[in-house]
Amino acid sequence: MVENRPWLTFFSHAILILGVLAVAFPVYLAFIASTHPQNAFISGLVPLLPGDRMIENYGTMLDAGISTSGAPPLGVMMWNSLVMALSIAIGKIIISILSAFAIVYFRFPFRLLAFWAIFITLMLPVEVRILPTFKVVADLGLLNSYAGLSIPLIASATATFLFRQFFITVPDELTEAARVDGAGPMKFFRDILLPLSRTNIAALFVILFIYGWNQYLWPLLITTDESYYTIVMGIKRMVQVADSQPNWNFVMATVTLAMLPPVLVVILMQRLFVKGLVETEK
Amino acid sequence: MQTKRVVFSNRGLPYALLAPQLAITFVFFLWPAGQAIWQSFLREDAFGLKTSFVGVENYLRLLREPDYLNSLSVTGVFAVSTTVLSMGLALLLAAAADRMIRSRDAYTTLLVWPYAVAPAVAGVLWWFMFNPTIGIMSYLLEQLGYDWNHRLSGTDAMIMVVIVAAWKQISYNFLFFLAGLQSIPHSLSEAAAIDGAGPVKRFFTVVLPLLSPTTFFLMVVNIVYAMFDTFGIIHATTEGGPSQATNILVYKVFEDGFIGLNLGSSAAQSVILMVIVIGLTVIQFRFVERRVAY
Repeated sequence: MVENRPWLTFFSHAILILGVLAVAFPVYLAFIASTHPQNAFISGLVPLLPGDRMIENYGTMLDAGISTSGAPPLGVMMWNSLVMALSIAIGKIIISILSAFAIVYFRFPFRLLAFWAIFITLMLPVEVRILPTFKVVADLGLLNSYAGLSIPLIASATATFLFRQFFITVPDELTEAARVDGAGPMKFFRDILLPLSRTNIAALFVILFIYGWNQYLWPLLITTDESYYTIVMGIKRMVQVADSQPNWNFVMATVTLAMLPPVLVVILMQRLFVKGLVETEK
Repeated sequence: MQTKRVVFSNRGLPYALLAPQLAITFVFFLWPAGQAIWQSFLREDAFGLKTSFVGVENYLRLLREPDYLNSLSVTGVFAVSTTVLSMGLALLLAAAADRMIRSRDAYTTLLVWPYAVAPAVAGVLWWFMFNPTIGIMSYLLEQLGYDWNHRLSGTDAMIMVVIVAAWKQISYNFLFFLAGLQSIPHSLSEAAAIDGAGPVKRFFTVVLPLLSPTTFFLMVVNIVYAMFDTFGIIHATTEGGPSQATNILVYKVFEDGFIGLNLGSSAAQSVILMVIVIGLTVIQFRFVERRVAY
């Protein structure tokens, strides 16, 4: 603090509080809407204070869903999202830590080529190669399966880079000591490198879990079977009712449940989250 | 490329370690990308019976197609407005939070969580608030004498998707701005204060120029975000409408390819998008290597 300016401090607090309110308001409103009966949304203004139907609404959605809108029970969709998010996060971490290890700790022909092949995936987000990727997955018979939901998304250049950057900073003396003691590459990897990378792995896991949970376009393309819908894409099916206004209370209950797991992860593991975010962007 | 002084020697092992990643990269990234490029030079007839090689005809057609040109300009407006709005608000909040000592972490926690909200979910949240019949925002706007209807007015729809996209990205920008602000040495602000510069002048003449590497980095990231990660927002709310007003490029690729089944055109659009991503990635990496922008 350079100087004492009470007004400026007051003003800063005011801005921050306004910011926090503006950021939280849509979510507050969604939660409120999910606690009301359906007739609260027929006309006029949305309710701003909690209603009394919270338990009923969430109960209905979790084990029955709205059959008329073609949406399976939320319990099923949340399970699918969880499976997808976990397999993407864990799969990405495993394959990229292995390939980073190979690139940093070995010298072999085509090393640079392999590095560039991985690097180029950074430039090919799903959104720009929708149709051909869909075709590959369809040809492999992976439509409507957990493998189809997760495997095409687990190759990642960012995770490989993160581990590569980290491995480069690991002192060579550790490798030398391990070799003097007669450790082979995999023993060195398991007993020295993995324990050292623990925080990096955890930070990356937080980011990748959120990434996996929030996938939208990919599940939308490759799932036609309701039992494989993920919750984030399932919302769209509920909003899309042809004849009338959507059942807002149920939609908002779904929205609240779809947000809950990743938001909790960010809030509870904030330190790891910030670390992961800053490091994956380097 | 940087390597270790001490390496292991093993003939087969590195390939085995690389195999899973390379296999997935090849099958789900390189091969489809190659297909898209090849496909973009072909045209299928209306029944999918015959495919002929047409060279760059698909690209030329795209550049003559009014809908595509419209989509280009819509994407430009959308990306620039989202970036400016989101970065502006985030910088304001970060500058305010940077002054705080005890409450900084609390404010950070309260501001970062929207990062975890999926774009599609964020879209539905605001779509509910702007709903012309029951939404609170449209109600408030009506009190001010503005008749909000994003189903009819293209401008309204665009404003809505920009707000959603910016809302979701504020937390990310806030974190990076705050980190950038905290890495600026206090001695510089103190020296300026001794020379009689007030807080506003200090911010614009000392802090902001020193923040320019962060600002530039965020600018690229935000443009990439607005162009490629906002598919969910558009699909869950406006679906590109009304009358193409929010039909950004990634949405159009999906629409033409998946719903319209115009394979050649969709592939050509994919290739153009790839070129844009490659350009932006190169800018980002060149910058990251230098670190200082001026």
